[in-house]
Amino acid sequence: MSKEFKIVVLAKQVPDTRNVGKDAMTPEGTVNRAALPAIFNPEDMNALEQALRIKDKFPGSKVYILTMGPFRAAEVIREGLFRGTDGGILLTDRRFAGADTLATSYAISQAIKKMAPDMIVAGRQAIDGDTAQVGPQVAEKLGWPQVTYAEEIQDIDENKVTVLRRLERGIEVVTSTLPCLITVHATAAPCRPRNAKMVLKYKYSRTANEEKDPLNEGKYAISVDEKPYLRIQEWTVDDVGGDAESYGFAGSPTKVKKVENIVFKAKESKVLSGSDADIDSLIGELMANHEIG
Amino acid sequence: MNNIIVYAETDGGKICDVSLELLTKARGLAERLGVDVEALLIGSNVEKLADELYAYGAKVVHLADDPCLEYFRTLPYAAITLRVFNTEKPQIALFGATTVGRDLAPRVSSALKSGLTADCTSLEIGNHTDAKTGKQYTNLLYQIRPAFGGNIIATIVNPEHRPQMATVREGVMKKEPLAEPVKGKINRIDVSTILVDSDFAVEIIKREIEERKIDIKGAQIIVDGGYGVGSKENFSLVFDLAKTLGAQVGASRAAVDAGFVENARQIGQTGVTVRPKLIICVGVSGAIQHTAGMDQSKIIIAINNDPQAPIHKIADYSIIGDLNEVVPKMIASYKKQSK
Repeated sequence: MSKEFKIVVLAKQVPDTRNVGKDAMTPEGTVNRAALPAIFNPEDMNALEQALRIKDKFPGSKVYILTMGPFRAAEVIREGLFRGTDGGILLTDRRFAGADTLATSYAISQAIKKMAPDMIVAGRQAIDGDTAQVGPQVAEKLGWPQVTYAEEIQDIDENKVTVLRRLERGIEVVTSTLPCLITVHATAAPCRPRNAKMVLKYKYSRTANEEKDPLNEGKYAISVDEKPYLRIQEWTVDDVGGDAESYGFAGSPTKVKKVENIVFKAKESKVLSGSDADIDSLIGELMANHEIG
Repeated sequence: MNNIIVYAETDGGKICDVSLELLTKARGLAERLGVDVEALLIGSNVEKLADELYAYGAKVVHLADDPCLEYFRTLPYAAITLRVFNTEKPQIALFGATTVGRDLAPRVSSALKSGLTADCTSLEIGNHTDAKTGKQYTNLLYQIRPAFGGNIIATIVNPEHRPQMATVREGVMKKEPLAEPVKGKINRIDVSTILVDSDFAVEIIKREIEERKIDIKGAQIIVDGGYGVGSKENFSLVFDLAKTLGAQVGASRAAVDAGFVENARQIGQTGVTVRPKLIICVGVSGAIQHTAGMDQSKIIIAINNDPQAPIHKIADYSIIGDLNEVVPKMIASYKKQSK
């Protein structure tokens, strides 16, 4: 008797920080997402693979992607569909905007309560913030156990999941009761490629807002009424409920005070003597730029 | 009340360096704020480690010592941390940005709805005016961290919520015991009044942890010594500068072959490749076999009295001078300016 599991993968569309330009930040200190290529956060891909392997092993299991972002973040849900997921939810609402990790985890945990999975799998961290906070914070908000730094989900049954963790200087194998949240490390198996059949099937899957976008006019020949699986769900604050003050900027205890571009003056070699004045000014410059603490 | 609490992480029966670095930093912050530094120590048979925490400035060690706490597990550790924070109401709480700290701190901050800044490289005390409301705040913790692949440095504040929480990476702050240690006191926590069965939902069934080795690969700052340092004895200059800056020591093959330092520190084609944010090359000539292992470092400072040495070609800052004079000057300058 094999069990069927319902798994939600948390995925984030992130600016590709490996290709950051000068206009990456707005003067207000927030991320200028429009100026950067958007990609599927790499460790969320590792997480997706772990979830899909459970689906392979236990047919009938369902995998859904949950993401939060602007309308165009629906792209990560399509990427999931192309690789074998069963659907996804895009949390999109101006009221979610300006969220730090705490407000983000609140929104996600509210959506999870509605989706009611057996397990959440997420990337350890996103490359735009590198905080690794949202996973543990979602687990806390749900009152679920968390297993971080997973390299492999080794086994799962009705009662518990067995996970190999990758630590700084070794490994740990743990079991956790279900439901639980697992964050997956970059050393986990890479995600499978897109499946050609799924790409054909879901190429024109879209959210209601994508359908309304004038740029997409004429793109969608087949209506969602005819093929309901082409509809990607969008949820707003009204769909997930909860405390309005806990969302977005208002629900974020941390604020960005200042953002500095670190551009060192000397790119061609700057020659200094060993004089006290030269050494003091060099050390002072390194400290001012926080290169030394 | 309203003190600074540092989470004292242990590893193999010892206090982690990062926790001692945080205590050192916390002393400076506490002095600015006129408060005390305290430590939170959780584990099994760890009471004997309290003396080391006192030596680094903890006036109180909140101690949860129980066989069930031998290895880190999120839920019991988080429950104890929450109890201590809810009772003691620290204004600042600091954790190492380790696999443990980055697992525990977000869980705790979520429960306290307090906010958390990850992987800080610098912490300062300063004032803040809210851009929207104009409301003024004094003596906030500036949580300074790189973002966007290190191209940007962001200063984060946490105006309304306490504690102000941050994680800090190992090796970015210096570690220095008190000149005159003061004996602190233990605040013993009765874990039986805190932990419940559901806190043990995660069971560890296997652990394989290697001994800590010299690992310069992950270092943020490296002081890189070459054959020009001259002798094993004189390499103490390199170690002194590294210790002052919270850096690791690397070396060229020539310095390793001459027996100045151990093999594990060798940088270059036959050693390890490093890419720290800052590397200070002391008496390194700059042979290609060496520079291939470090030329991607973000900032390169070369100290060499030969203006023709190839290392100056890749350096962002070339100091033409005698390393025996320049290195002590750098140490003194840093100590003077970091006061």
